[in-house]
Amino acid sequence: MREFRYERPSTVAEAISAVAGDPDADFLAGGTTEVDLMKDGVFHPDLLVDITRLPLRGVRKNGTMLQVGALTTMEELAADRTLIERAPFVREALLLGASTQLRNMATIGGNLLQRTRCRYFRDPAVPACNKREPGSGCEAVASVARMHAILGASRDCIALHASDLAVALVALDAVVHLQSEDGERTVPLTQFYLMPGDTPNRENVLRHGELITAIDLPLPPEGIRSTYLKVRDRASYEFALTSAAVALTMDGSVITEARIAMGGVGTIPWRGFEAEEVLRNAPATPDAFRSAAEGMIHDPYVVPGTAFKVELAKRTLVRALTEVTS
Amino acid sequence: MTTLIVNGMEYPLDLADPRVTLLDALRDKLGLTGTKKGCDQGACGACTVIADGRRILSCLTLAAQCDDREITTIEGLESHPMQEAFMRHDAFQCGYCTSGQIMSAVALLGENRAGNDADIREFMSGNLCRCGAYSNIVSAVREVARHA
Repeated sequence: MREFRYERPSTVAEAISAVAGDPDADFLAGGTTEVDLMKDGVFHPDLLVDITRLPLRGVRKNGTMLQVGALTTMEELAADRTLIERAPFVREALLLGASTQLRNMATIGGNLLQRTRCRYFRDPAVPACNKREPGSGCEAVASVARMHAILGASRDCIALHASDLAVALVALDAVVHLQSEDGERTVPLTQFYLMPGDTPNRENVLRHGELITAIDLPLPPEGIRSTYLKVRDRASYEFALTSAAVALTMDGSVITEARIAMGGVGTIPWRGFEAEEVLRNAPATPDAFRSAAEGMIHDPYVVPGTAFKVELAKRTLVRALTEVTS
Repeated sequence: MTTLIVNGMEYPLDLADPRVTLLDALRDKLGLTGTKKGCDQGACGACTVIADGRRILSCLTLAAQCDDREITTIEGLESHPMQEAFMRHDAFQCGYCTSGQIMSAVALLGENRAGNDADIREFMSGNLCRCGAYSNIVSAVREVARHA
């Protein structure tokens, strides 16, 4: 790990101005991705501004909204009674997303910013990585890939977005609150992440010195049927090969409203607007589920190691829909 | 000056170089070598300690972040029933992951997540055992949970 300076300001404004004033500064929250990548030599900030003690922690119900402070830990949000009752699939995504030790450290704001697990990105000895070194190429496309994206991917980058929570929150239409020296703004999570295009090094709309302060979770109507289904190489403590967040409102055997997002497939958490359209006012039948899956996974970009994900992802969505409607 | 409170004792530390992780501070500066360095990247759980009542990974926590935090390491457990159960059930082979397993299991009891074997396995999944003593670890945790 390269040397850096450490500061722990006592106000949000001080923390923001400390990072804004140094182009090589970063915020430090749970550290579960950041410290790891610093040890690997992928990140080498000049200054780390520890925000873990700032008053941005806690969950509060406000009407039909759950307001989550950005420094609330994954474990704390998973224990929230309102979340458990009204959006249980978000809790499932949290619990399936990391070990308890990591959930006690990792924050909700930080989780949304977690970096890809692409092994080529995480290994500075690999020269070609457009995400790490813009313009250098993509070793994952040229070499062995498996835990990589098939949607939003291109020859420039097939790095997967690794968060389970973000998948559930994209389905929920969560809204992110941002604060910088220029003031505050809100961004829907569905517009927060950037497709890699030819600048895979830019992953989201955050500007330097801008801090996530809170996340609003609109509560779905009572009585939804939901699940977060995660398919992986081992039963626990592993990243997704594919995953599906599904929340349906039913009237008898007809689906009246559907929220769908998938993980393990996209360069960003992948919202399934087309799949939702297929399911809206459709009967809960295997044919409808398969049609939704075809609408979810179209025009994939595959390399030999990721080709299996096309059918696996479709079956994952069909299974999640079958389970919540049966 | 950073102050670590470890097993009830205060340790003032001069962290001129903030790269020191909690794990390295415990082992190299305080001489508390019961906490083990396995992967050093948050994957194996060998470095698990309890901070302010919650289990965390000391390898991904900077020591500077723990100023005035109350840390409990394996040295802070005094003949805890979990330690005795691990011995009784032969819940280790090489023993390298054991202190992390025990710290995690002690926290698990406090989380009320040891109600059945499936929960024990799921909520202990952040602690790897390369020797594969898992079935005996589950037996040890189950026994302590039943008598808790």
